This record gives sequence, structure tokens and C-alpha cells, in this order.
Amino acid sequence: MLINVPETVVSDALRGMAAAHPELTVDVENRVIVRRDAPVSGKVALLSGGGSGHEPLHGGFVGPGMLSAACPGEVFTSPVPDQMVRAAAAVDSGAGVLFIVKNYTGDVLNFDMAAELAEDEGIRVARVLVDDDVAVTDSLYTAGRRGTGATLFVEKIAGAAAEEGQPLERVEAIARQVNDSSRSFGVALSACTTPAKGSPTFDLPPGELELGIGIHGEPGRERRAMMTSGEIADFAVHAVLEDLEPRNPVLVLVNGMGATPLLELYGFNSEVQRVLAERGVAVARTLVGNYVTSLDMAGASVTLCQVDEELLRLWDAPVRTPGLRWGM
Amino acid sequence: MLDADFFRRWMTATAASVDREAERLTALDSPIGDADHGSNLQRGFAAVTEVLDKEAPGTPGAVLTLAGRQLISTVGGASGPLYGTLLRRTGKALGDAAEVTEEDLAGALRAGVDAVMALGGAAPGDKTMVDALVPAVDALGAGFGAARAAAEQGAVATTPLQARKGRASYLGERSIGHQDPGATSAALLVAGLAEAAGE
Repeated sequence: MLINVPETVVSDALRGMAAAHPELTVDVENRVIVRRDAPVSGKVALLSGGGSGHEPLHGGFVGPGMLSAACPGEVFTSPVPDQMVRAAAAVDSGAGVLFIVKNYTGDVLNFDMAAELAEDEGIRVARVLVDDDVAVTDSLYTAGRRGTGATLFVEKIAGAAAEEGQPLERVEAIARQVNDSSRSFGVALSACTTPAKGSPTFDLPPGELELGIGIHGEPGRERRAMMTSGEIADFAVHAVLEDLEPRNPVLVLVNGMGATPLLELYGFNSEVQRVLAERGVAVARTLVGNYVTSLDMAGASVTLCQVDEELLRLWDAPVRTPGLRWGM
Repeated sequence: MLDADFFRRWMTATAASVDREAERLTALDSPIGDADHGSNLQRGFAAVTEVLDKEAPGTPGAVLTLAGRQLISTVGGASGPLYGTLLRRTGKALGDAAEVTEEDLAGALRAGVDAVMALGGAAPGDKTMVDALVPAVDALGAGFGAARAAAEQGAVATTPLQARKGRASYLGERSIGHQDPGATSAALLVAGLAEAAGE
């Protein structure tokens, strides 16, 4: 691993981020990343965060048109309420703050505590949960579906709505609509190695793959003999479409888990597009790359988001962040 | 009677055992979680002993309330709010008495465990820390040693269970056959109590 010691991995990365991105204010000690011009007068602020190890999510999505601030936790560990309250206070213009929370027990508990504390300080807070991963059954017997690739769609589209001055209730409703219109499915060709453990989180022999993985190096629901890119695309897209029957065109995110080359991701995307065409699903926009990663895991996920005209317009709106940039 | 010093010893003993067992906790967290339980609690309890040294709270309730707040502020993940709430609510239930009885502690701990179940939504049998805590509180009437044994037994008994809460629940049936890391660390917390009592 290209690190000094496991204990300083997150702080080291934040110092490097500060050096590379003077347009962001990076508070290394308190672990808060804020867009430099915050608070923006009259604008709803968007705050997200989660464990580190998913870069560019979330810190890489801070900037005009997307997040106002992000709170990185330890690797794969939700940040603490103190960080979120500090970030909320830094970005709130009085128009309120939307917390974008991936549905994991730790993230939910810490953001809930933070919302209570921020409200005590007079900050208006709304919260939207992202839970798009169809590999997990949403039932009483699980912690509910995980938040994965759809987080990018929620942060981008709600960020655009906030940027054009829409009020908190509206930005929240749009964020919720994006989540409800999105589904994901991921596969791993290798486990990942957390700095704390120093060895792979699970044992995946060459020649096998895990279907239905999350973004924390946790194994998936099922292990199989290696499949071709086309077979994986069939499996993943069918799994998503079992749960989402798009009447409108979709945004497609073909997302790398961290260690899969773009060459393979583009090849995989051609197969994803083939399956979508076979299923009669119209594609509005496609994004290919490493956006919601799981350290050095090899593999990919597919996220589809059904969009109406407004969501598509907000997706196309300008954005300028370290991880996503167009139109400005 | 149990005074503030007893509760400080409890926290110090737990910090030491979490430190010793950190690698084992992380190893248990690898197959069914995300391989960080040991390092997260290690960081949290180190911060707890530090703040207790610095602020030297004078009552049992104040020791636990401060310890809980510190865990919430330093651990993150689900463990931070859950262990933090356990200690904070137990501390609050103890009030501001300078000394408390073992019965007071048993009642307060039950309030703390109830708060954990309300916050995390877990019940006994879901393969979580609750599976060590509930038997420990039930056994506390028979002494700290009995509580420690009950917690350890409860942790071991999570092995054949299928997880219904927390990150291990994503694995469905594949979570069966692994001892729950949260129940294991909860047993360390209860063992720290017995150690503080010299048992």
C-alpha cells in the first residue's frame, strides 16, 4: 500500500487534497471539506459524508453544482456527529441544509444525532436516505438496502437544484425522487484491503467472482465461477431491471470499484448498453469511471436512474468539483 | 458501594482489553463486516481514558456520561453512537450520586441497554451486541463474575445465528457460522466491569 502508517491515511489524503484543490477549504484536523465560497447567500446547502475509501465520493464532489460540504470518516467508518454539525454551520446560509445519507446503520445513526444537534443551533435540516442496491432485500431481516452508485446521481441532481435557488423542501423532494428512480447492482473480481487490516477483507480465489457486493469490501450474496463481461452485464442489468421498470430514458453509471482499468469499464459499458437495448430501455446519458469505489477492489457496478425532463436538465447543468466537472 | 473511581477503573480495564483484543475484533469483522471494529473501538476507548484523566469527573454518572459522549465524538460507524448511548444513558440513569449500589448499577445498565435496542432497532437473537448485553444485565443480580460469564456465553452463541441488523445482515445466510464482533466487544466491556470489581 502507498501509505505511511494506517493511522494517518485519512489525514494524509486530506492534506494532499487541500494542496491539489485550492478552490476547497479543507479542515484537516476536524475533517471537513467545504466549498470555498460557502455559505452561498440564499442557497440551500448540501452536506454528505461517509467512511473514507470511496473516493472521489464524497469529498471529490464538493463544489459549485454539487455538494456544499463533505465529512470523511475513517476508512469504511461513518464520520462522527461533531464533524457534521461543524460542516452544517459552515455552509448554512439560512436557507437550510440537506443531509444526503447512504443507508448504513452507522451513517444513519451519526447523521440523525447531528441533525438533532444542528437543529438545536437553529439550522434547518432535511435528510434524504440513499438506498439503491438491489442485491440486498429490503425487509425486516436486514438493515435495508445499501446506498451505492445512486449517491452520485442524488448529489449531482439535487446539487443543481440547490444551485439554481430552489427551496429546501423542493431540493429534498428532488433528491428523494432521484433515489426512488435509481437502482444498482455490483460485482467484485477481487476483495479489497483496508489499511487497518493490511490484507484482503475476504478470500476470493482467482477464477471466481462475487455477485451483489457492496462498497465496503463485504462479500456479496453469491459466489460463482468467473463470467465474461457480457455475462456479467446480462446478470447485473437484469437484476436492476427486475426492480425498476423504466418508462422514461435512464442515466447509466458504469462505475469501477477502484482497481478495474477504464479499458475494461468501457468494454463492460458496451455490454451494458447492449443489454439495455435488448430490453428496450432508452439511454439518456452515460457516465463511465471510478466514482463510488471500494479502495482497491476490482469489479464494477451498474446504476440506472430513470429521469424526466427536469431531472435530465438538472443532470446536464454545470458542475465544478474535483471528481465531476462539465459546463463551467 | 461503587464510587467514581470504580467506574474509571471499569473504563480503563475495558480500554486495555480492547487494545489487547483489537486485532481479534477486526479479524472477526472481516468475513461478515468491514474489518475495522477493533481499530475503531481502540481509538474510542483510548480517547475515553484520556478525557477521564483530563476532566476527572467526580461521580459515577458523570464518568459514564463523559465516556459515552467521547465515544460518540471519536468512534463513528454504528459502534460510536451505540456504545456511546449505552454509557451515556447508563450514566444519566445513575444521576449525580457520589456512590451507587450494585442494584443501582444493574437498573441503570438495563436502561442503557434498552436505549441501545431502541436506537439500533435490534432485539436479542439478531446477532448484535445486544446478544451479549441482555444476558449480562440479566445475570448482574448474581454478581459481576456471573455477568461476565453470561456476556461471553452470549457472544459465542451468536455464531450459528443469521444476522438481522447491521452490516452482517447484507450477507443473509452467509453470516451464519461467524461470531459477531459487536457481541464480542460488548463482552469485553462487561469483563472490564468484573475486572474493576476485582473479580
